[in-house]
Amino acid sequence: MNGRRGPGYWLLAGFFALFVLFLYGPTLTILVLSFQGPSGGLTFPMNGVSVHWFKNLFEKQMVGDFAGSLQRSMVLGVAAMLVTVIASFSAGLAFRSRFRGSAFIFYLSIASLIVPSILISLGIGLLYRVLGWDTAWYSSAFGAHLTWTLPFGLLIMFAVFNRFDRRYEEAARDLGATSWQTIRFVVIPILLPSLIGVGLFGFTLSYDEFARSLYTSGTFNTLPLEIYGMTTNVTTPVLYALGTVTTGVSFLVIALALISFTWVRRRRQRHGSDAGKAA
Amino acid sequence: MKRVSAWVTYLQVAPLALVFLLFLVVPIATIIVVSFFDYNTTQIIPAFLLQNYEELLLSPVTWRTYGQTIQFSAITWALTLVIGFLVAYFLAFHVRSPTWQMVLFLVCTIPFWTSNVIRMISWIPFLGRNGLANMTLIQLGLIREPLEFLLFSNFAVVLAYVHLYTLFMVVPIFNSMMRIDRSLLEAARDAGASGWQTLWTVIVPLCKPGIAIGSIFMITIVMGDFVTVRMMSGGQSASVSLMMMNAMSLLQYPAAAANAVVLLLLVLFTVAAMMRLVDIRKEL
Repeated sequence: MNGRRGPGYWLLAGFFALFVLFLYGPTLTILVLSFQGPSGGLTFPMNGVSVHWFKNLFEKQMVGDFAGSLQRSMVLGVAAMLVTVIASFSAGLAFRSRFRGSAFIFYLSIASLIVPSILISLGIGLLYRVLGWDTAWYSSAFGAHLTWTLPFGLLIMFAVFNRFDRRYEEAARDLGATSWQTIRFVVIPILLPSLIGVGLFGFTLSYDEFARSLYTSGTFNTLPLEIYGMTTNVTTPVLYALGTVTTGVSFLVIALALISFTWVRRRRQRHGSDAGKAA
Repeated sequence: MKRVSAWVTYLQVAPLALVFLLFLVVPIATIIVVSFFDYNTTQIIPAFLLQNYEELLLSPVTWRTYGQTIQFSAITWALTLVIGFLVAYFLAFHVRSPTWQMVLFLVCTIPFWTSNVIRMISWIPFLGRNGLANMTLIQLGLIREPLEFLLFSNFAVVLAYVHLYTLFMVVPIFNSMMRIDRSLLEAARDAGASGWQTLWTVIVPLCKPGIAIGSIFMITIVMGDFVTVRMMSGGQSASVSLMMMNAMSLLQYPAAAANAVVLLLLVLFTVAAMMRLVDIRKEL
């Protein structure tokens, strides 16, 4: 690449800036509008500034069961995160050696990604109906969410193991480590940042999942279902307050993941790991 | 290297395989089985009938709805491909410091980890009758009456698709671009290729796998979508999934199942055609 920026650069940079504005603009707008005064409406102008709509949000009778659905979605998200990290990591280990049926399981996980969510939702709903079981957010919806989070986890683990240097493991074994010790003290610490990434996917994909929850969550709504229900019958800025709170939770989780990510890296540098320095 | 015994491998892959078996394979099989069932107003009756498929495929509504869904997919695909390619190109070839590349890439991906429903709602203050877009255009004197087609229209649906899902194009294309050996570009220049020629004859062909993966994502998402169509068209446009949901709400489960099978076949055929262009396992 030559030194000076041509007009192509500035055109694309402008395009990129517009794209970012397009991505974030609307969300920022509802962030501002959620602090609308008590008499304010769904659009600008702002009629004063208040936290009226946030208070409104936590009064149960006003807008359905916001607190309950938030709690359910959090529990579900954390459970999905844990299962996704453990199951993808363990499957990633398995896929390093060829085994009968590996291609089949690989194609299953691709299928899980590309089969439209609503079909999985519908299928699980029908299955439970045929069996005469009741769907619930902690059973059927949990399974439905895993069919969405696990393929992402597995694909990330593939990418990670493809770049993983197996000589570390061999070295550990040569020094007398058992296979469990090798995984616990060598593989997991090296892969920790990627495992955090998988966890981030596991939580956020489950926390925001709508279509797969639709026919699977039973009597009690998860948060996205609750929000969707509100869009049809709530016409006050309480909707925006809800948006701000949910987006806030997502950002908190993303920030936590990024912080632990940097923390792991820093710690690694400080402790002077010689990983990767060998000739 | 020590061989891990086979049963350890199977044990390691078991949790994942079990989830896919119970919550993907069995439910899809259920849909297929139920699609042949009979039903009346109160219950579904085990049977082997082709009637659900006949009714579905002989109805002009079905064909119109599929046409509409395919049209949404095609328009969204074309738009996200162009936007996604340009964004990825800027990140991969114009941003030179790896740190900035990382930061800007993250900036693009963060919205992916937030709620889609909320991101759709956030268009209301922009596109509504009294929204920012109309207000601005009126103040600039460009229009006198607020534009009605901005919100609750096919325009809004496509806008929301592009807003929500362009990322699925950016990431795989960016990934492909980052793997292009930079000396190839130099070689092209040394051999006398212009910027455009390098783009068309070197970069685009090497990005094909990324483009294919992104396209698979886009097409499967839009073909199976109902939330965006429902919310952004204000109930005025149809989609295949919405049609299915209507059948579900009328307790016509076998009819919904038959429609689901047809949709599934359509999606799988499209993806199979695209998979011929790319070996996904090599792309990770």
